Amino acid sequence: MAKLYSQKKLASQKMLPKKETISFLLHYSKALSIIKAGKFSFEFIAN
Amino acid sequence: MAINELSDAVLIRKYIQGEESALGILIERHQSKIYGFIYSKIKDKDLCDDVFQDTFIKVIKTLKSNSYNEEGKFVPWVMRIAHNLVIDHFRKSKKIRFQRDTDEYSVFSLLSDSSLNAENQIILDQIELDLSIIIEEIPQDQREVLVMRMHQDLSFKEIADLTGVSINTALGRMRYAIINLRKIIAKNNIVLTN
Repeated sequence: MAKLYSQKKLASQKMLPKKETISFLLHYSKALSIIKAGKFSFEFIAN
Repeated sequence: MAINELSDAVLIRKYIQGEESALGILIERHQSKIYGFIYSKIKDKDLCDDVFQDTFIKVIKTLKSNSYNEEGKFVPWVMRIAHNLVIDHFRKSKKIRFQRDTDEYSVFSLLSDSSLNAENQIILDQIELDLSIIIEEIPQDQREVLVMRMHQDLSFKEIADLTGVSINTALGRMRYAIINLRKIIAKNNIVLTN
């Protein structure tokens, strides 16, 4: 029987970052606050 | 309208106003595109995660400090940040020299074990034993200076003070101690090499 060369490839998996990376970013965002005072900006990370 | 149907520009505005959930939607919406872009440059998932994380840390800091002014162009802006971080990564990794093992060069040629093997240790023990016997043969005043200098690592000044002689006398005794040791070694055909 002739080979089928037209067979579709399996769809390539979507490239996604680790769940931990996303979780870290969301927590980091919640913890971070930036206050600007004139020329300076101060970063605060809440524990 | 549900929050996840809002445009990027509206989500950014909401995030700047303090609605943290907007960031989650933005990341979820564009993570594949941004991560795929980074992966196309750095073919290492762990490093990609690091660059992805650093990219969004910059995004968060910029948005929180109200420095963002590219309304409607969120993805190209994030891509540009990611691109710059990828370049930084390659600059850094270029500085770290990487040496592969080849037929002519082995990384193990740089590494050595300074401890003695069993045979050399036995030889060394024998030499030390021979030497301690020979030292007993030289005069007491010379032996005293030799032991203080070689075993106790004292300076000639300290030896002179301890033995109650001048530095020159101590130096002279040391010189004669070595001459006498050599004579005994030569006379008895002793080999003191490892």
